[in-house]
Amino acid sequence: MPVPIASTLGMLGDNLRKRKSALPLRRRAVTGWTHGLDIPRGGETVLYTGQMWQMVPAIDAMSRQLAKYEGRSSARLFSVARSMNKVLNLTPFLARTSARERAAFDERLRNIAKLLKAAQVPFGYLYEDDLYAGGLAHDEGLDEAFRVQAQRVADALRRHGVRRVITVDPHTTNMLRSVYPTVVPGFDVQVKSYLEVLAERRLSATTKLGETVTFHDSCVYARYEGVLEEPRSLMKEGGITVLEPEMSGKLTFCCGGPLESLFPGKSAEIASRRVGQLSAVSKRVVTACPLCMANLKRVAPAGVTIEDVSDYLVKAYCPTPVPA
Amino acid sequence: MKVDTEFLSALKLGGEFDARMCINCGTCTALCPLGVELMPRRLFRYALLGNRDAVLGEAETIFSCLLCRLCEANCPAGIHIAENVRTLRTVVNRDVYGLAEA
Repeated sequence: MPVPIASTLGMLGDNLRKRKSALPLRRRAVTGWTHGLDIPRGGETVLYTGQMWQMVPAIDAMSRQLAKYEGRSSARLFSVARSMNKVLNLTPFLARTSARERAAFDERLRNIAKLLKAAQVPFGYLYEDDLYAGGLAHDEGLDEAFRVQAQRVADALRRHGVRRVITVDPHTTNMLRSVYPTVVPGFDVQVKSYLEVLAERRLSATTKLGETVTFHDSCVYARYEGVLEEPRSLMKEGGITVLEPEMSGKLTFCCGGPLESLFPGKSAEIASRRVGQLSAVSKRVVTACPLCMANLKRVAPAGVTIEDVSDYLVKAYCPTPVPA
Repeated sequence: MKVDTEFLSALKLGGEFDARMCINCGTCTALCPLGVELMPRRLFRYALLGNRDAVLGEAETIFSCLLCRLCEANCPAGIHIAENVRTLRTVVNRDVYGLAEA
């Protein structure tokens, strides 16, 4: 028996309609990662996070809570929670996160911004208008809530005169690049993942890392958006040997992440199978999606590290600051 | 079995929901990370026949799909399996879970 589906999806739809996010975060939690980076507001080209990296610690915490109710008769409890959530945002209570957890995910956004700066890519940021793109509502078939959110995002981009968007995760890339043009009339913003932007520049690494890893392709990057070679070529130039696991590239195996809310048990089983495939090749696993990273990390045994590709790229491509 | 024509039109057959080319080979189920719990060919056959009750009776199964497209990448008939599942979710949300306004 899964977590009560109707109430859980209902809360998602309510949050999106009323609070413009699947898991509404405080403003500082969304934009705090920019501290000290001097990223200008707006511009024709913007880095667009869609709040995904910022939201993952809350998704993680929420999944831990929801897992307690899988297989139990808890429909009434969830129905009450949904009613309360309509009045009071329950996210901060149900998805408590520590400053340390949030900082770890923010650091990946800082990596990406530093990489773009090192590659001399000019970009701005929308700060409070960096809205969630609505991917979860789309995937769960909450079409009306998704359509409204997509229009909000499109309006924000238009208001700021944005022509090009650089995305930082596969889900936001897919929403903005492949789904928005089908639901938002006239949506013609150019959308590229930061991995594509960096790979196009054919950068030279400043440091050859000399490390060996295995790479987990995100289903969305690999099979929805065709982002396959970019992370590999960037790592290779950075002196990283990338070993391919059983099932990679276009035939990658899911991390189980899409089930973490409604079927946490099944999600963990699938994640464990994937970690097994990956760790058979290398104990150092690299991902390019915050949801994959979090889901695989949750089940990884001691000795297996799950890191983001930006953790490696920032060491390979950004010059190390000279100590004062 | 009763054919539900309203259900068939909700799926917008041939447009949003396209499974008519399915040859029932089972490649999708053989590859699915969830195994035999999820059988797109069975779900799609019910849908094509307008068997609303049989489809809606599989609500939990429909929501257990990962939308990972491993099946789709290997489907010999080129069916858009993930998008079909997503379309079924919109119908389940409306008719089973009462989330029409969502």
